[in-house]
Amino acid sequence: MALASLWRKVTRQGWEARHAPGLPILEVSGVSMRYDDVVALEDISFTVEAGKRVAIVGPNGAGKSTLLKIIAGVLTPTAGSVRIYGHGPRSHLCIAYIPQRNQVDWNFPLTVADVVMMGRVGKMGLFRHPEPRDWEIVRRALEEVGIVELADRPIRALSGGQQQRMFLARALAQEAELLLMDEPLTGLDLPAQEGILEILERLCRQGVTILLTIHNLDQAASHFDRVLLLNRRRIAFGPPEEVFTPQALQAAYGGHLRLIRAGEELIVVGDTCCEGG
Amino acid sequence: MVRGLIAAIVAGGLCALVGTYVVLRGMAFFGDALAHSILPGLAIGYLLGGSSRAYLFWWGLGTALLAALVIGAISRGGRLKEDTAIGILFAGATALGVVLISTSRSYAVDLTHLLFGNVLGVGEGDLIRLGIFAALVVALVFLFYKEFLVVSFDPILAATLRLPAAFFDNMLRILIAITVVVALQTVGVALMVAMLVTPAATAYLMARRLPAMMALAVLLAVLSAVVGLYASYYAGVASGAAIVLTATALFLIVRLAHNGRGASG
Repeated sequence: MALASLWRKVTRQGWEARHAPGLPILEVSGVSMRYDDVVALEDISFTVEAGKRVAIVGPNGAGKSTLLKIIAGVLTPTAGSVRIYGHGPRSHLCIAYIPQRNQVDWNFPLTVADVVMMGRVGKMGLFRHPEPRDWEIVRRALEEVGIVELADRPIRALSGGQQQRMFLARALAQEAELLLMDEPLTGLDLPAQEGILEILERLCRQGVTILLTIHNLDQAASHFDRVLLLNRRRIAFGPPEEVFTPQALQAAYGGHLRLIRAGEELIVVGDTCCEGG
Repeated sequence: MVRGLIAAIVAGGLCALVGTYVVLRGMAFFGDALAHSILPGLAIGYLLGGSSRAYLFWWGLGTALLAALVIGAISRGGRLKEDTAIGILFAGATALGVVLISTSRSYAVDLTHLLFGNVLGVGEGDLIRLGIFAALVVALVFLFYKEFLVVSFDPILAATLRLPAAFFDNMLRILIAITVVVALQTVGVALMVAMLVTPAATAYLMARRLPAMMALAVLLAVLSAVVGLYASYYAGVASGAAIVLTATALFLIVRLAHNGRGASG
């Protein structure tokens, strides 16, 4: 049984689950993650319809990255389940995970096109090398994110925004329907952040579902359809205007966030740092 | 001399090819440790069946494959980092080897010969074995090129593409283990470790893409073997050391040129 499944995965034959129509693209139910005595996540449940943009916000150590990895099927939760179109994430090829930029070895001898081509590896069979069709898909993906002129550039020569665009192109080459991004905007300057958010909006219109972790609550409110407010537990989930209440923010951030009432407006002053997570 | 030259070229080129992954994944210590971990296997083989080179080769290979898989299993187990796992196995296996050898009264000159190799003492059988295993390793490196690349660069991508990453990681470790044992017997431990790391490191500084890095590493290893062996012949110094020094000199030249260009590593 184990050998048969290994064989199917090595040869890339007949293991992918069908997408059942009518089911939500993502259903997280009762997910908990414990490492020995430490509880990283507790009883998280929420559902996302296809084509929505979801921002996951919460303080450092809230379990945001862990949740993304569980949804991607990279980590196995200690309790609960993740369903992608009704099946476990490990039977799908349609999930792309874009890592935090500081977790990548940027000195690896690869060009931008090489990295984007990696997105095709899941579709190619064993012993197969990229065909002209694969290179065409890679070129179109790079065009889509506006860096086709960087195709032959070594990855160590990229700016932060270009690095993020390259990974978005890789997700497109993978033909991903669910895009998971760990802090894609952290460390980027404002124009680069706007550029990424624009691309995400376009992908969303094409029906791609996007989940990402983000520190900037203002951007979470203005660019996303749903917000998941997380601090090990689900504090709130829904449209931003319903989630961002003083009570919910206080519950998530505690003393690290001050709320200042200025007339009708509620000003949120955070002192959480924006690195890591 | 001709046999020695062929052996040095094939073993050096093979080490350099596999060495690209050793350098990119930071596994230099793994290669070194594997070479020492096979000591107990060689000692048991020696005690059981004598000192035939061909016979001891299989004991060495078996032990190296076992050590490679054990290191993989320990490092996947969780808390211990891979280099810690390697350090434990390395020290334990070497000590076990020493204990086993010291139980044998005839102090094993043949064993040290096997462990430290001798390019000029390579026989025809050694050469054929080297050729067969080199062809096998080269074929697998090319057949699994894209899989090895993905698991080395981005393990999380490998997981989301649902590639069996542990399978390919172990396969890569096994290829390194085969290379280590084959090269060990022909060129010895010092030359093997140097060829596994130095040409690939030099190529790493020069190449923009992985295929170019692989080709350059092999080329540099072959060049080092030829230049080193001829230099040793005419200067009357140890052949293995001359090859290592040639490879090291090539690295230093490229490293300095790299600095001169003002490029950052």
